[in-house]
Amino acid sequence: MPKTLELPLSEAAVRALHVGDEVLLTGTLVTGRDAAHKYLHSVAHDARFDEMVRGRLLYHCGPVVKKEADGSWRVVAAGPTTSIREEPYEADTIEAYGIRGVIGKGGMGPKTLAALQKHGAVYLHAIGGLAAVLGQCVTRVLGVYKLEELGPPEAMWHLEVKDFPAVVTMDAHGASLHAQMEADSAAAARRLMENNPHRA
Amino acid sequence: MDPQPLVPPLVELLRHTSCGLAKDVLEALAAARDREEAGSRPHNTFALMLENVRRAREASVPVCQDTGTLIFYVDYGPEVSPFEVEDAIQQAVREATRLSYLRPNTVDSVSGKSLSDNVGLGSPHIHLHPQRSPGFRVRLMMKGGGCENVGAQYALPDSRLGADRDLDGVRRCIIDAVHKAQGFGCAPGTVGVCIGGDRVIGYTESKEQLFRPLQDRNPDAGLDALEQELTTSLNGLGIGPMGWGGKTTILGVKIGQRARVPASFFVSISYMCWAYRKGELRREGDRWLLDGEPLQPAPPQRSSLPLRVAS
Repeated sequence: MPKTLELPLSEAAVRALHVGDEVLLTGTLVTGRDAAHKYLHSVAHDARFDEMVRGRLLYHCGPVVKKEADGSWRVVAAGPTTSIREEPYEADTIEAYGIRGVIGKGGMGPKTLAALQKHGAVYLHAIGGLAAVLGQCVTRVLGVYKLEELGPPEAMWHLEVKDFPAVVTMDAHGASLHAQMEADSAAAARRLMENNPHRA
Repeated sequence: MDPQPLVPPLVELLRHTSCGLAKDVLEALAAARDREEAGSRPHNTFALMLENVRRAREASVPVCQDTGTLIFYVDYGPEVSPFEVEDAIQQAVREATRLSYLRPNTVDSVSGKSLSDNVGLGSPHIHLHPQRSPGFRVRLMMKGGGCENVGAQYALPDSRLGADRDLDGVRRCIIDAVHKAQGFGCAPGTVGVCIGGDRVIGYTESKEQLFRPLQDRNPDAGLDALEQELTTSLNGLGIGPMGWGGKTTILGVKIGQRARVPASFFVSISYMCWAYRKGELRREGDRWLLDGEPLQPAPPQRSSLPLRVAS
C-alpha cells in the first residue's frame, strides 16, 4: 500500500523514506524545469520562490494549462519531464531553498544524490507520459510565477495536488535505483552484444 | 484548392493523435502488462499507462503534456497544392493549440521566447512527398523531447562498441542506444533505425520507420530477423517501464536503410516513448479516413474535468 504524504514534509518524514516506497502526495508544490533552474541559478536568492517551495516539493513539469473565461487557470495535462537536465543546478537549489524533494522522471546523478543525503531530501519518480491522470490530481492552481518571462511550460506553477502517485527512487540514505539499474543493464547489454545469434 | 476545407480534418488529426494512442500500441502495452505479475510495480505501471490513455481519450486531453515536435509527412497527388497544404497545417496547429490539444511547445531558440501558437521557424515540420497519381495522405508524429533526447547517431566503425560496418555492428549500436536510454525516454520505447544515408537522411528515415505498425514484418529477411530477435532479446536488459525494472524494455524495433557514400556508415536511431503518438489522415473520394475509420462530422467535445480551480 502506498504511504500518504502530506506537504510540507519534515526532515524526519523524508529520512524515513527508502528507495522503492510508493507514495501518494497531498498538499502544495511548485513546478520548475529548465528555464526556472537556470534563472534560479542566476540570482542570489528569490524570495517568492522560497516562500512557495520551502519544506515542500519541486516538480519537474511543464503543464498544459487553459485560461478560463473568468481569468482562472485550469491544468489540463501535467506529467513529469526528464530530470537529468537539471543535474548541474539541483544540489544548489535544494540547499538554497530548503526543498524536501524533487518529483520528476528518469532519476538524477551523483551530485543530486549527495545533496539529498546531506540536506534530507528525496527524489520521487512519477510516471512519464501520465499527463491526463496526473493532471487530474491537481486540485487547484494557486498562482503562477514568471509566466510572461518564461512562457507557460517553463513558468513556476504553484499547484495544490491530491493523492499524486510517485515512487521513491533516490533516498536520503545515498541509495539510487537508477545507479543500480544502469550498472545491471550495462552488464546485460555487454553480454547481449557478444552473444549474436545471427553471426555464423 | 482552398486551404480552408482541409483545416477541420487536420485539427481532428491533431486532437485524435494527441489525446490517445493507436490500437497497435495499446495492444502492445496491454500485452506487456499481462506479462508482469499482478500487483507488481511494473504491472501497476502499465495498468496506469493504459488508464491514462483511457482518460485522455474520454476527456480529449493530451496523453502527455509534452505534445512534442510536430512532424507531418504528406503524400499528395497533382490535384493538391503543397502551398495550401502548408497553410492548412499551420492553421490547424494554431487552432489545436488554442483548444489546448497542444501545449505551446515551441521556443525561439535564440531569444528563448515561447511561441504561443506553435508556429515558428521549422515548426511544424512538414515533409512533402509528391506522387504522380491523385491522392492525399497526411501522417503525423508527435515526438516528445525526452525520447528525442535519447536518440543517437553512430559512425561505424566504432572501436568502443566493437562495431564494424556490418549488421553485427548495427546490432551493437541498437543495444548500446537502448541501454543508454535507460528510463529517460519513457520506456518501454520503440526504436526506429536507419542504416546509411547522410546524417539528415538517416534520422529522417529512422523516424519514418516509426510509422510502421508494431506487428508488421520487414520485407528484407536479414533485417526482419534482426528486428524479431532484438524485440525479444532487448527485454533481457531488464530496464522495464520508466526504468524501474521489468520484463518489457522495448515494444518494437524497426530498421530501414538508405544508400550511403563509401566514406560514411551511419546508424541513426530514433527512440519513441511508450506514449507513442502517431496518426494518419487520408482522403478517399469525398470522404476522410482517420486511422482507417471514417472521420466523424463533429468531433467529440472535451468533457469538463472534475477540477476545482482558483484564479
